[in-house]
Amino acid sequence: MSTNVTLLIVMGVLFAVGIYLLLERSLTRVLLGIVVLGNGVNLLILASGGRRGEAPLYEADLGAEEYSDPLPQALILTAIVITFAVTAFMLGMIYRSWAISRADVVADDDEDLRVSQQSTFDFEEDSPVPEDTTEFDGDEIQPDTIQETGPRA
Amino acid sequence: MIDAPLSAVSFAPLAVALPIFGAALAFIMRRKRRTQITVTISVLVITLCLEIWMLATVWGGGTYAVTLGGWAPPFGISMVVDGFSAFMLVVSSVVCLAVLLYATSQGMADGDEDGPVSIFHPAYLILVAGVSNAFLAGDLFNLYVGFEILLTASYVLLTLGGTVARIRAGTTYVVVSVLSSMLFLISIGMIYAATGTVNMADLSLKLAEIAPGTQTVLHVMLLVAFGIKAAVFPLSFWLPDSYPTAPAPVTAVFAGLLTKVGVYAIIRTETLLFPGNKFSTALLVVAGLTMLVGILGAVAQTDIKRMLSFTLTSHIGFLIFGVAVGNQLAMGATVYYVAHHIVVQTSLFLVAGLIERRAGTSNIDRLGSLAKLSPLLGMLFFIPAINLGGIPPFSGFLGKLGLVQGGAEMGTPLAWVLIAVSLLTSLLTLLTIARIWNRAFWRKAEDAVDPDPLLLVGVGAKRGATYDIVADEPGSKYSDRGDSALLPKGMLAMTGALVLVGVALTVFAGPLFDFSDRAAEQLLNPGHYIEAVLGSTEGNSP
Repeated sequence: MSTNVTLLIVMGVLFAVGIYLLLERSLTRVLLGIVVLGNGVNLLILASGGRRGEAPLYEADLGAEEYSDPLPQALILTAIVITFAVTAFMLGMIYRSWAISRADVVADDDEDLRVSQQSTFDFEEDSPVPEDTTEFDGDEIQPDTIQETGPRA
Repeated sequence: MIDAPLSAVSFAPLAVALPIFGAALAFIMRRKRRTQITVTISVLVITLCLEIWMLATVWGGGTYAVTLGGWAPPFGISMVVDGFSAFMLVVSSVVCLAVLLYATSQGMADGDEDGPVSIFHPAYLILVAGVSNAFLAGDLFNLYVGFEILLTASYVLLTLGGTVARIRAGTTYVVVSVLSSMLFLISIGMIYAATGTVNMADLSLKLAEIAPGTQTVLHVMLLVAFGIKAAVFPLSFWLPDSYPTAPAPVTAVFAGLLTKVGVYAIIRTETLLFPGNKFSTALLVVAGLTMLVGILGAVAQTDIKRMLSFTLTSHIGFLIFGVAVGNQLAMGATVYYVAHHIVVQTSLFLVAGLIERRAGTSNIDRLGSLAKLSPLLGMLFFIPAINLGGIPPFSGFLGKLGLVQGGAEMGTPLAWVLIAVSLLTSLLTLLTIARIWNRAFWRKAEDAVDPDPLLLVGVGAKRGATYDIVADEPGSKYSDRGDSALLPKGMLAMTGALVLVGVALTVFAGPLFDFSDRAAEQLLNPGHYIEAVLGSTEGNSP
């Protein structure tokens, strides 16, 4: 299978630019990265169809090898539509993010930060059990003592 | 090829077309809430009936292909129904229906008449269509389209309402999903360049003929793309970050289905596209790490939804373990375990939604008294929870037993290590479950650090002056009024129904294991699949 070198180089540039933008923290750049990367992938699929040939409309006197391969183009068309939908959705999301918090960055996960900062000591599980609070060693059970711990809220 | 059993299978495209059509209808009806709900539920019920019919057709064995548009197989789009795909379709539709009814009940209880919820039903149906399409796809590009349909719907569902937290979680999710889809698309392009076809049956024959180095590249690319979707370590970081913020029904259905579609694709890759289990060692290592890292993450968390998200990624490891072992025993157990895990994980997330509703929080440090406030909720949590932990005689135990037996049959040192890791993971799962149980259900709310007032209403009423009167009456005025408003009957009923489905997986484990064994036999002999797709030159479009 022969490949078009220009196509190959353009594809490489698109991939490089796309991945660079994807690694940014700004959402708009991430989106641009996705768009550029998507176009790189489309070129890759186009290149996978092999050399160009005649339009794939049946003509009686043309051999099967003379036509260009129509399938990659159909695949690209589908991929373009999908990228379009995702781009539209992401634009909406970025706009929403901007509208509610004036932020255009990929934020950290608060819960993750909290978990990573929590101390290893857990009050309930790790505190030493006082020996004299068990209900079973006394002569009588005293439910009232249990009730005394009122709500702290 | 017009014989009797084919009749059900030739309706297979409807499993995709019906929900899409229903979504359009539901979208038109967005101003009429009741009609919209009716449309969505009836479409799902019809789809489910159709899928049960298809499953009945392939129950005894047999693989059938439907060719769309009358194009001959390697060129046209095929949909393939075999034991595994039909089983996955039925399980996913059952879960989707239960979650939809739960969500509907929640919406009715809250009385939200307008707002972004009107998009919930159409997006949900599109999600169902995408899942069905992925399970039925006999064509790599159609699988990609199926993934995209379900992902696009999932973006909408995950960011429903557009609050700060959901937009933040949605960003990670969307970017990671888009990236995995790009990788998948690149693999498709490369596979097409190498073989000149995207039909999976045709690929199964042609991929074997290309150079081994190229095969490895294509194989790894596909596994990475599907690994992100299935949340396999080290590609699972996005999942616990993004799932917990969504509304409870959405998280539940995502947890149940979306990762399993990725696992489904991995299983097809390993059995059909690249048979021979070449990456067994790598997959075993990855499976072990997925289990361990996932469950250790769960142990560190304090939020029930996040803990469940981590157990979800952890238990994906069991499925990958089954695929990596790859003998009939393990593959059969994997098929069974997928169904078990979909049902159990979804039920647990639905219960987590109920807990959050009843208690106002899902942070276990602030929970307590739930077993007393709502014993039914306790039951609904307890059964799927110990099922997940793998306590006999539940389906989790049976599935794990099958996987361990499969691993033992493989017998390599690494397989034994994996068996040990899987047992350790089960134990740690139990620890996580016990932590939730002890804190949220057994201890008194007063003992919590900062208990939610909602938890103290019922208990508080039993203290002080009214103590003697209310003490021993579980159905007292206070708890009664609290429960019916906080825990709508419909939500409880649907969670209960799903828990019962989980129990049914245990009760009917015998026939199900026989069936999953047959499905595994089909998976491990791609000849059936190839013959079904390429053998039928005649189009069978409905």
